[in-house]
Amino acid sequence: MATATADSTQRRFSGAQLSRALSVVMVVVALIAAWELYKVIWKAVDLTVPVRPDNVTMPHVWDILHEFTQPARRGGEVLLILLLRSSLVTLFEAVVGFAIGAAVGFGLGVTFVRSTTAERAFMPYVVASQTVPLLAIAPMIVIWGRELGLPSWLVVAVIASYLTFFPVAINTLRGLRSPQATATELMRSYAASPREVLWKLQVPSALPYIFTALKVSATAAVIGALIGELPGSVGTGLGRVLLDYSQRFAVQSPKLYATVLMTCLVGIAFVGVVTLVEHRLVHRRLDPEARPA
Amino acid sequence: MSNDARVVVEARGVSKVFGASGSGQVEALRGIDLSITGGEFVSLIGPSGCGKSTLLRLVGDLLSPTRGELQVNGKNPHQARLDHDYGMVFQRATLLDWRTVRKNVELPLEILDSAPAERQERANRMLELVQLGEFAEHYPWQLSGGMQQRVAIARALTFRPALLLMDEPFGALDEMTRELMQQEVLRIWRETDTTVIFVTHSIPEAVFLSSRVVVMSPRPGRIADIIEVDLSYPRDEDTREADAYYAKITEVREALRRQEASA
Amino acid sequence: MNDPGATRDVEIHEDHESDVLTAFEGDVPSGTRTPSALAHRLRHVGPAVAAFFIIVALWEAVTRLFDIESFILPKPSEIVVKFFSDASIIWAAGLNTLYEALGGLVIGTVLGVLVALATVRWVRVREGLMPFAIAANSVPIIALAPITNAMFGLTSPVSKMAVVAVVVFFPVMINTARGLIEVDVRELELMRSYAASPRTVMRQVRVPHALPYFFSALKVSSALSLIAAIVAEYFGGPQDVLGQYILNRAFQLLFPEAWAAILVASILGIGFYVTILIAERLVMPWHVAFRSADDA
Repeated sequence: MATATADSTQRRFSGAQLSRALSVVMVVVALIAAWELYKVIWKAVDLTVPVRPDNVTMPHVWDILHEFTQPARRGGEVLLILLLRSSLVTLFEAVVGFAIGAAVGFGLGVTFVRSTTAERAFMPYVVASQTVPLLAIAPMIVIWGRELGLPSWLVVAVIASYLTFFPVAINTLRGLRSPQATATELMRSYAASPREVLWKLQVPSALPYIFTALKVSATAAVIGALIGELPGSVGTGLGRVLLDYSQRFAVQSPKLYATVLMTCLVGIAFVGVVTLVEHRLVHRRLDPEARPA
Repeated sequence: MSNDARVVVEARGVSKVFGASGSGQVEALRGIDLSITGGEFVSLIGPSGCGKSTLLRLVGDLLSPTRGELQVNGKNPHQARLDHDYGMVFQRATLLDWRTVRKNVELPLEILDSAPAERQERANRMLELVQLGEFAEHYPWQLSGGMQQRVAIARALTFRPALLLMDEPFGALDEMTRELMQQEVLRIWRETDTTVIFVTHSIPEAVFLSSRVVVMSPRPGRIADIIEVDLSYPRDEDTREADAYYAKITEVREALRRQEASA
Repeated sequence: MNDPGATRDVEIHEDHESDVLTAFEGDVPSGTRTPSALAHRLRHVGPAVAAFFIIVALWEAVTRLFDIESFILPKPSEIVVKFFSDASIIWAAGLNTLYEALGGLVIGTVLGVLVALATVRWVRVREGLMPFAIAANSVPIIALAPITNAMFGLTSPVSKMAVVAVVVFFPVMINTARGLIEVDVRELELMRSYAASPRTVMRQVRVPHALPYFFSALKVSSALSLIAAIVAEYFGGPQDVLGQYILNRAFQLLFPEAWAAILVASILGIGFYVTILIAERLVMPWHVAFRSADDA
């Protein structure tokens, strides 16, 4: 009477995942083709709107990729290396902030599920904290932090954690409350302690929700880190590199495009890592042929 | 299946009222008097709102009575729950989908702090009892509804409780699976010597399984009738075709209709 | 247990957003204007608002007491003064930024809805685009700002609009597509039994189902659009936009002015959000009441 066999859980990547990866690749290829096609057609028709098709404003995709292997500065290291170093700086700030924010968010979720008085007392503030447009304030806070003598990376990490904690808190709370009533009754029938109920029932139930929030927060943390780096005086992180190359656009536009590309990859990589962890912890319990994200 | 004189559940004048006073109040149960001896298989049957699930939860200390006395295994229900005197099976199997089948069955033993080796051995034995030994390493999603319920039953019996409480456990299953599961439950009941309280909507199911059928009526929930089912055990497919079986079903149905008419 | 594995990245915004709403709207039916409903709503918002005023008062007291320099911690009173004295400049900048945000929001939303409609019609498009859209949501889109600045000109509002449009496009597209597609199979079967044309199905079943998803994405996007515009401006822009104004003042350590500008940004953001709330209520009066009952 059993449905699928046990070894389908051992399969590394399901057919659905492969086809999804393939479609992403195809869209990227299509975009590259559209880019080059635009340049060709617009040049032929001699149009400059909406975007000029010349090689400065729209470098050839090949030139952009080639730029990675070229020295970033005359006689200096290769651009790829420079960008990787900058990425590490930015990622460091983002990851630290992400970790702190996730811990705080999770802690809030657990606290609120244990104590409805705590929830009613503090939830309004938690929600209100998000009405502050932190990204808009971020550079200001970094400049201010500098004046106070705080290390930039710390301020940036705090900004990233502020952006992270809210989705995690909300989703943790939601997930902790997600088990069916009968599951809770079951635990009660075992005379399980509140801690056992939390760790054996509520937290495992909450993991899918928490990871959904973590994926969003990962992106937010990276963005927060990038913005926080903008007013930096010493150019180390990706945000600073972006700004530098953007100012020297006329001469070195492929470098800017390459940097933007790297930045996008960093964002995807971070979320990708979180997704991988999610797969190990969460997805094995669900039917891989079922239709998840 | 023994039938010792030990009283496992004793209810005297038990009532349960939900909601604050005023028009929002619901009298789920009124004046329940019931005595269940060890080794019995008792069904609670009645229309919606008759309080059968409520009564089950009162026995399991998932709810507290508003009035009256309730004793489970010679203690108050709260103590019985703390002492793990009963196992419970719900309509939906409520297996934890992040645990393997075996780990699901081990769950109550984990809470009881048993040693891991002993846990695993007990869980395996329970799975053998419900004939799902080879599926120990599977995940719930890989099992059919009937199989999941069998796991739930295995889990409920893991610590050898005196009492097994079942709340419409086969309600979500199709008729054929249902009949098979009924046989299973009877076999397991015989082999483990537990007392079973079984809530159901189905008259044939109640008659097929039970030694006694408690007919309940709603508004307010109370016991309308208690019908002895003197069909001999073990019961099987032949029982399902016996005249006595049909006669009992008719008897229960008429009891239900009687309380319906007087409502 | 509902399958949260199906909850995609963007849906967190729905959760997030509905919690913001529940906190501020309260879990009472919107129609009731009884004192108890109002009191209920106040009870939710009250503590936060009260705390806000207390914090501001304390802040003022501390900065005065210790005579703290304004570049370390500006006094609230200084901020308020600047808010009014520089009002014309700040609001002018605010409106320019709002123009960028609005433009980007419109473009992104229109494109998002169009593509969402396309995914309904052509399954290939859906299967091709959805995974890409979900992946693209993980990209820090703000990194496109230097490129759009280069493409459209640093001082042109279009460069910022482009960034906002991309930021807005994905949530709107994903959510609207979900709303259009994930209709109960039985409703579709019913329509089939009526031999209804695809257009009728779209109009009668899919679009009404999608509206809540659409507005949910729109509410999130409106907040995002203003912030995205400001942040895009941080990568460079004309003098008279909020982002550059804030950045300039911050570099000169003129924090009261910078905070005054943030205040304007917040006001604009709230106004923007409220406008969309009103639009939602006008378009879907049935849904809001329905949802409030659910939240209860």
